[in-house]
This record gives sequence, structure tokens and C-alpha cells, in this order.
Amino acid sequence: MSDILVSEQSAPGADGSGRPSGRLLEVDDLRVEFRTRDGVAKVINGVTYHVDAGETLAVLGESGSGKSVTAQTIMGILDMPPGFVTGGQVRFHGRDMLTMSAEERRRIRGEGIAMIFQDSLSALNPVFTVGFQIAEQFRIRRGMGRADAKKRAIEMLDQVKIPNAKGRFSNYPHQFSGGMRQRAMIAMSLALDPEVLIADEPTTALDVTVQAQIMDLLGELQRERQMGMILITHDLGVVADVADRIAVMYAGRIVEEADVYDLYAKPAHPYTLGLLDSIPRMDEKGQELRTIKGLPPNLMNIPPGCPFNPRCPMAQPVCREKVPPLLQIGSGRASACHFAEELVNRD
Amino acid sequence: MTENIIEVRDLVKHYPVTQGIVFKKTVGQVKAVDGVSFELKTGETLGVVGESGCGKSTLARVLMNLEKPTGGSVHYKGQDISKLSGGALRRLRRQIQLVMQDPYTSLNPRMTVGDLIGEPFEIHSEVAPKGSRRGKVKELLDLVGLNPEHINRYPHQFSGGQRQRIGIARALALRPEVIVCDEPVSALDVSIQAQVMNLLEKLQNEFGLSYVFIAHDLSVVRHLSDRVAVMYLGKMVEVGTEDEIYERPTHPYTQALLSAVPVPDPTLRDNKAIIRLTGDVPSPISPPSGCRFRTRCWKAQDVCAQQVPLLEIRRGSDHPSACHFAEKRAIVATHQA
Ligand SMILES: Nc1ncnc2c1ncn2[C@@H]1O[C@H](COP(=O)(O)OP(=O)(O)OP(=O)(O)O)[C@@H](O)[C@H]1O
Ligand SMILES: Nc1ncnc2c1ncn2[C@@H]1O[C@H](COP(=O)(O)OP(=O)(O)OP(=O)(O)O)[C@@H](O)[C@H]1O
Ligand code: SF4
Ligand SMILES: [Mg+2]
Ligand SMILES: [Mg+2]
Repeated sequence: MSDILVSEQSAPGADGSGRPSGRLLEVDDLRVEFRTRDGVAKVINGVTYHVDAGETLAVLGESGSGKSVTAQTIMGILDMPPGFVTGGQVRFHGRDMLTMSAEERRRIRGEGIAMIFQDSLSALNPVFTVGFQIAEQFRIRRGMGRADAKKRAIEMLDQVKIPNAKGRFSNYPHQFSGGMRQRAMIAMSLALDPEVLIADEPTTALDVTVQAQIMDLLGELQRERQMGMILITHDLGVVADVADRIAVMYAGRIVEEADVYDLYAKPAHPYTLGLLDSIPRMDEKGQELRTIKGLPPNLMNIPPGCPFNPRCPMAQPVCREKVPPLLQIGSGRASACHFAEELVNRD
Repeated sequence: MTENIIEVRDLVKHYPVTQGIVFKKTVGQVKAVDGVSFELKTGETLGVVGESGCGKSTLARVLMNLEKPTGGSVHYKGQDISKLSGGALRRLRRQIQLVMQDPYTSLNPRMTVGDLIGEPFEIHSEVAPKGSRRGKVKELLDLVGLNPEHINRYPHQFSGGQRQRIGIARALALRPEVIVCDEPVSALDVSIQAQVMNLLEKLQNEFGLSYVFIAHDLSVVRHLSDRVAVMYLGKMVEVGTEDEIYERPTHPYTQALLSAVPVPDPTLRDNKAIIRLTGDVPSPISPPSGCRFRTRCWKAQDVCAQQVPLLEIRRGSDHPSACHFAEKRAIVATHQA
């Protein structure tokens, strides 16, 4: 759909929002490694994905597969050292951010691309009140006065359903519950009305009713402001509800990319299949849950061939020899499995 | 055969709200837990679900005796835990363990896995005399499905799911009878989550452990729990067997909660009957009079503002519910095959 309409380079759009439409953010063959005393861990091994205006790309994958490190590289907040970007590009409106000046990148952060961090407790500064930390952004980036900034910050807290936002403005992070901290983090990331939002596990600490409200809020912003969203999550229920496209990561690679309906109906990679099979189902109580056998690979010593081969129920000799490239199968989907066609064509 | 290992009566935990920096004065109370009673039977899993901020973690901290209650009591095998001291308190600290939400920040990054899991032995040396500790730690690693050879590794060398197992091994070190799990699997991918859940069930079967299991994922809670308690704003609003809560919920908040469970099937995204809660989200500093849920309840009547609904079995239902108008309501079943 949008692939046909939108050229590689994005142009300012005419959707009335005054926002450019089309391809906002592209990660292209990104490679990142961590050099530590114990050795070199190849954490990102050629990740390619993109997000368009108004679209939601969900990123799924094993714990430790590199979802957050990719996001940190996009935001320019990777721990360097020990982290090193060894290849690839991150383009925002067609321009490579990895080669921009620090000043240019700083301007993109917050307004161009904002991020909700996975770990909301360490992302909030414990010595300042929650309200102050949100208001500060309006003061520094929008030049607002103290009173106006405070008013806007309270509105933001209210928008993310913090009860009694006014009274809670001057609470410190430790006085918030886990879910309230997560919502404060969301308020902070939305403050400057970003074009792209990277949401790393934005609702894990929230109950499902608040989660539904937050996802509604994000969906509204996407429709109104054409915000593009990269949603990193383990919650396959939320993904089924809101994603347009899905990228699945394993050992620092994208192993499958598909439209949300295709992926749930017919996964084209054995890892995705194993993931969908592990969901606890309400109707199977008392039984042991299915899991994916074995452990994720040691990133300092990724097995030859397909990185999933030691755990894969479908593995054949070729899987231990040749790395399966991420190849197009049918329209709009791709898989990095030697037997992707067989998987999709199963009845 | 099943006796109560923990009994909680009218438990209250308030936090003072202060104003001013030099001269702090108390201007109110956050009523984090406000009159909660329940029991945990030996060998059972009690799931606890509820709105974010309703007091679940506070309840866990009071159960662990990490914080003193403002009122009410927690009895462990008939003893009031707030009255324990010295040797009795140390024994209690052995018997009840906590697995925390966050495998990323709850492990000290400067300690090896061996030191982390062996640390409880320093305080409770009677469980494992000095010479036997490494052996014990290796046994524990094996028990939770980690490689005993990795005893000298640091937490960052493990994935999130493996770190969560380290947390569980640490909690098991002192051979407790009760484990309080505060969102132990919410940071994990579903496959590792399934591994950890299988492990918890296996340990329960082997050692007769009792669990209090706090989580937001309602299908995870259903899978593990024998009974489920639903909390709202510091109170318990409904409690029953897993079947009673999931198949025949009678409290409107429970019904709203269950209706909002996201279903992992994109073809169902447009025809779900989510009960959207509108109205003011109340503050635990000044909770509404009568029923605390009434500001968001679609069934609220005058009586709801006047009388606090007690948690009791009501007509036409088989389990306690704290709603004046408790009644069954069909919930769209989730996670169908
Ligand atoms: N600062 C660091 N130093 C060394 N290794 C690191 C560092 N940060 C991350 N890693 C490693 O990089 C790998 C990818 O981590 P990342 O946080 O991206 O995983 P993830 O996919 O976000 O997992 P999760 O779902 O558990 O959040 C992991 O193996 C992790 O141990
Ligand atoms: N140390 C504290 N000082 C003041 N208020 C506190 C403190 N700890 C918790 N609270 C308040 O008590 C209430 C209950 O918090 P608690 O952490 O128990 O919630 P929770 O049910 O665990 O929520 P979540 O699901 O978001 O983790 C919240 O309103 C919180 O802000
Ligand atoms: S390529 Fe082979 S090992 Fe890899 S996922 Fe496919 S079948 Fe399994
Ligand atoms: Mg992550
Ligand atoms: Mg909590």
C-alpha cells in the first residue's frame, strides 16, 4: 500500500497537519557490537526496518535479541563504549543521523523522535519531582515560563490518567506506583509532540483497563498528528490490537517481517511459530505450557548457519551451514528461514 | 488437610502526604491498602490482580514484613508477624521470600551469580555451612534450569529470562514455604514466560510451596492460580476460584477488567466488547464515599455513595463480591483456540 505511493525519500505532505508524510524513519543494515573484557558480543547483525507516518510497526522478539539496543542506537543514547556501531544507517526524513553533528541530533530528540523507555524507574531522575521533570522540557525546548510549563505538565499527567494530577505534580518518582511511573514516562515522551514515537514496553506495568486507555490515546495521536510508532513489546495481545506491520527479531537479526494479519494467521519462521505457541491460553489450564526449547545463542559465539538452528524443530543439515537471508515471500512479507515457503504453504 | 499458612485481617497501610521542605507537615494520607482480609492456604496459589496503583506491591511489602502495617494484622502460621523479633523474626524472613518485578535492576551488577544466590546463606548460615555453599548454589542453578558452570558470571551476561530465574533461585535458597511474586514474568517474552511459569508449577508440586502471585496479565494469572483476588483502590472487591472470577465475575470492575484483556488475534480487533471506564479516576488520598468504584461505575445508584458494599456472598452468586448490585454478566471469552 504505502510502499507504492511513497518514494524512498520523504517529501512534505499535504495531509493538512503541516507534517511531512511518508517514510519517516529507516534503519538500514544496522550493526552494533559490545566490546567487553570477556570478548565481543555481536548484538545487532544487520537490522533493517522502517516506519511511515501514521503507521505502527511492532517489534517482537526474544529477550536479549537487540530490540532495545536498536532503539538506543536510533536515539543516539547507546552506551559507547562498550557499544560500537560497526555499520549501517539510521535515516530520519532521508538523512543519516549517525553522521550528523551532536547538535543536530539533539534537536531531533524529543520533537522528531521521542522514546518511552522500558525501565521507567531508572529513566526518571529520583532527586527531582515527576512534575518538574516534565515541565522542564516545556521550559527548555518551548521557552515557556514556570507557571505555563507547570500547567502544561499537569495537563500531560492528566492525559495519561494519573489520578489527581495536580496533587501528584510534586511527588518524587519513588512515591509513584510502577504503573504510575510508566505513565509519567509516557507523558514526558509525548510532551514535545514527536513525529516518531519509539515505545519500548510502554504498558507492561499497567492493568489492562489503563493499558487500553493509553493505547487509545496513542492511536488518537497517530490519527490526528500522523505520528509514526515503533512499538516494542512482548504482549502479543496488544500487538494483535494495534500493529499494522510486525518485525520479529532473533539474535540481532530480523527473521520475519509481515503484515499483522498474515503473521498471526501463518507465521513464516519457526521462531515466530514457537512464540505464538507459547501464549498461555485460557482453555488449557493445568497443562504444561509449550515453550521454545533450549537457550538463546551466546552473542559472543553465534552458531554457524541459521542462528536459530540449535533450537529449531524443523532444522535440516543446510541450516547448520548456510545463513538464511531475509527474503521476500509473496507480497509484503519476508522471512529468514530456508523453509519459509514450506511453512507458509502448510495447510 | 489444607490449613491457612497466612491470614490477613483488616490490613491497612497509609503513607503520609507531606508539604513543605524544611518543616514537613502532614496534609493527608495515601490510603494504599485500606482494609484487606484474606487467607492463603498451604500449597495454593492466590492470584492478585487490579488497577495500577491499587496497592498490590504495598500489600506484598507488608506481607514480607518489609513495612509495618498502619492497622490490622498478618498472621503466619498463627503468629502475628508484626510482633516477632530476634530469632523468630529471622526464621520468618527465611520462610517468606519475594521475587521482584524487575530482573534488570533487582540484581546487583557487581556480584557474580554465585554470590547473588549464596548471599542469603551469609545471613542464615544455619541453612548452609560455609564449606557447602558453592555446591548448594550449583544445585539451585540446576533446579531453575541454568547451567551450574555459569556460577562465576555476572548478571549482564544473562538474558532477561535467565536473570528472572536467578531471582527465583535466590528466593529458593533458604527453602521458603511462601513466595510472593510481584509481576515476575511481565518483562519476559512469552516463550521464556512459559518456561518460568512451568518452573513455578514444578516447584510447587515438588516442595508444596504457596504463592501469592501478583500480575497484570490475566491469562497468566488464570493459568497459575487456584484462587484470584481482585483489588481496586486499596480494597479487595471480589475473590473466588479461578473459575468463579473468570467465568462468573459479578463485580463491575472485574467485568471491565476482563473485557479489556487484549486477545492475540488481529481478526478480532474490531468486534470486541470492551467496557470503557469513564468518569473520574479517584485518588487514594481522598477515595469516594461508599463504593470506591462508583465514580466510574455504569450501575451506580444513590446507595453506592452512601453505603460501603461489604465483600460478601450475594444472592444469585457463589463467591464474595463487594458490589450492591453484583450480578453475573457474560464476558466475551478470551484466548479461544
Ligand atoms: N551496556 C551493555 N553492555 C554489554 N552488553 C549489553 C549492553 N546493553 C545490552 N547488552 C546486550 O545486548 C543484547 C541485546 O540487548 P537488548 O536490551 O537490546 O535486548 P532486548 O531485545 O531489548 O531484550 P528484552 O526483551 O529483554 O528487553 C543482550 O544480550 C544484552 O546483554
Ligand atoms: N513510599 C510511598 N510514599 C507515598 N505513597 C506511596 C509510597 N509507596 C506507594 N505509594 C502509593 O500507594 C499507592 C499504591 O501503590 P502500589 O505500589 O502498592 O500499587 P500497585 O498496585 O503495586 O500498582 P502497580 O500495578 O502500578 O505496580 C499508590 O497510590 C502509590 O503512589
Ligand atoms: S533456517 Fe532452518 S534452523 Fe533456521 S529457522 Fe528455518 S528451519 Fe529452522
Ligand atoms: Mg528491551
Ligand atoms: Mg506494583
